[in-house]
Amino acid sequence: MEIQDIIKPENLVYSKSKLQVDVISHYCPGCSHGVVHKIVSEVIDELGIQEKTIGVSPVGCAVFAYNLIDIDWQEAAHGRAPAVATGIARTNPDKIVFTYQGDGDLASIGAAEILHACNRGENLVVIFINNGIYGMTGGQMAPTTLVGQVTSTTPMGRTVELNGYPLKITELIAQLPGVHYCTRQSVHTAATVRRCKNAIRKAFQNVMDKKGTSFVEVTSTCNSGWKMTPVQANDWMVEHMFTEYPQGELKDNDKKG
Amino acid sequence: MAKVRGAVVVDKEGCKGCGLCVVACPQNVLALNKDVNSRGYHYSYMANPEECIGCAHCGLVCPDTCITIYRVKL
Amino acid sequence: MGELRLMKGNEVLAEAAVRCGCDGYFGYPITPQSEVMETLMELRPWETTGMVVLQAESEVASINMVYGAAATGKRAMTSSSSPGVSLMQEGISYIAGAELPCLIVNVQRGGPGLGTIQPSQADYFQTTKGGGHGDYRLITLAPASVQEMHDFVELAFDLAFKYRNPAMILTDGALGQMMEKVELADQKPRWTREEILARSGSWATTGKTPDRQRNVVTSLELDSEKMEQNNIRLQAKYQQIEENEVRYEEILCDDAEYLMVAFGTSSRVCQKALEVLREQGVKVGLLRPITLWPFPSKVIGEMARKVKGILVVEMSAGQMVEDVKLAVFDACCCVPVAYTGRMGGILPSPGEVVEAFEQKLLKR
Repeated sequence: MEIQDIIKPENLVYSKSKLQVDVISHYCPGCSHGVVHKIVSEVIDELGIQEKTIGVSPVGCAVFAYNLIDIDWQEAAHGRAPAVATGIARTNPDKIVFTYQGDGDLASIGAAEILHACNRGENLVVIFINNGIYGMTGGQMAPTTLVGQVTSTTPMGRTVELNGYPLKITELIAQLPGVHYCTRQSVHTAATVRRCKNAIRKAFQNVMDKKGTSFVEVTSTCNSGWKMTPVQANDWMVEHMFTEYPQGELKDNDKKG
Repeated sequence: MAKVRGAVVVDKEGCKGCGLCVVACPQNVLALNKDVNSRGYHYSYMANPEECIGCAHCGLVCPDTCITIYRVKL
Repeated sequence: MGELRLMKGNEVLAEAAVRCGCDGYFGYPITPQSEVMETLMELRPWETTGMVVLQAESEVASINMVYGAAATGKRAMTSSSSPGVSLMQEGISYIAGAELPCLIVNVQRGGPGLGTIQPSQADYFQTTKGGGHGDYRLITLAPASVQEMHDFVELAFDLAFKYRNPAMILTDGALGQMMEKVELADQKPRWTREEILARSGSWATTGKTPDRQRNVVTSLELDSEKMEQNNIRLQAKYQQIEENEVRYEEILCDDAEYLMVAFGTSSRVCQKALEVLREQGVKVGLLRPITLWPFPSKVIGEMARKVKGILVVEMSAGQMVEDVKLAVFDACCCVPVAYTGRMGGILPSPGEVVEAFEQKLLKR
């Protein structure tokens, strides 16, 4: 059978979601953001909620998410997305609101906003990209940077004496009664991409069902910031990040008896 | 067991040559081209098209959504 | 005639917000304006009009909640006092940059720093000259009575939506805590979804429908050429506001040989001083800017040509006096402009104003 005989519309099994804007993204080659954007687009499309969904993209590499996913968006100041999303969701209870935040944004400058939004149980999806580094500003230490990890502001590696410990904010979030669902995923293999998509779909469904905050961490790579190839970065993430940030569900109130 | 054949179409200009699809492919179908696209990236292509089973692993891990996948049952 | 009540300025802000059909209030407690949110919580407007009232975790959060709600075309507001408004400056700059309408109320107290909880007007610079980063302006209304505290809530929302620009009511702890008779407006309904779509559907995040492109609310533009164009558009809008929206009150200005300029609480002190001076036979008038931005420069310039001297009275070290001097300068006039005032939470007394007037302008 010739290739041309396979490449026919009736044989299509996988293609770009129609919610993904047809532009080349600003992300570096191999960046996890692209995969998560794809998942979010697919989930919004499959749930049929494009007209109801409002995304909030704060400062960080994902600030331009509004150029990539075809829904209404609001750009937020660094760390403030959960407060912005609260304002949207409270005055528009019919809308599906999500924030898409990095680790510097969510766990450092926006630690207060995320804790209080989650503690109030705001009806939001929070997508938290944790790659242990500030990508947009050029690879500085983040609160989630591992001990010993080299960044541009920890050139000799992060030390506990100087910088304290990696902040396991997802574990903190999971403790809050307002949080309905809290999970930690990754997108480095086909299987994990499928699992992550299920988690993100569940999170959006929870918000549609008005169950409160659903929080999905995606442990991610920043190969540019880490100074590795994309493939090396995935391997490094599995070897080092996953011990500090164990994968899987931290909380699901649906599973309570 | 039904045999399947697959094929992938890589959007040459959208590909950034990250190589994640090459590693994700269980059949060693994909490779990075020696040629580059207009933005200078060694884009991904089917080096062994006969081996493709249309499993979509490459598409799932592609950060730039530049892989379209087709599959037929033989 | 609407309902008459004896109310505190802060309480009336809350009452007016509900009655004009505000969609959301987001605040954080701070003296001397905490009664605003307390009153709203007692009014329970979510049970009547559907207005949302939420206590945020900080002023940083409350202004960002306003930013979020305003982006959806809703009428959203917050209130605070000086230190809290300092915390909001980041959000205000974003709101101005993204060209969103909203209302911020600053019930000023004395600073700098933690300062005092007593009334002050020392946030004039912060409010009218930026406060946050970038070239932006806030439409600023300065009430001088509890009635105006009421009236300016709806006016501020109207102006904010007319120009897609944040508006501020700049008042102080004296007016916030003062009780006066006020005539309340009748209850208006909140805007329906259809009204919001008709008014703001072209830009607000109301959910992307097939009939339009996605709406993106942002102040970000990395292309300098485009960012300059954004600024040029903002400046053109500000110029339009300056041409159309200047508001002021003239008291006994027609035959005035001298002029006092004061806003808010200070203007009330000046009214008494003016009475005393008029009794002495001094022909003095009072010009009270109601909009601090746009500033009534033109009328002050015109007055400057007619009078022998101007006294600016403020509850600050002299901030608005700089704008008065600029207005006089722009009118190519060299009439003396003097300042008097008190700081740190103290109101000047009418006697002090009369004394300063006599010393500085009459050279007695």
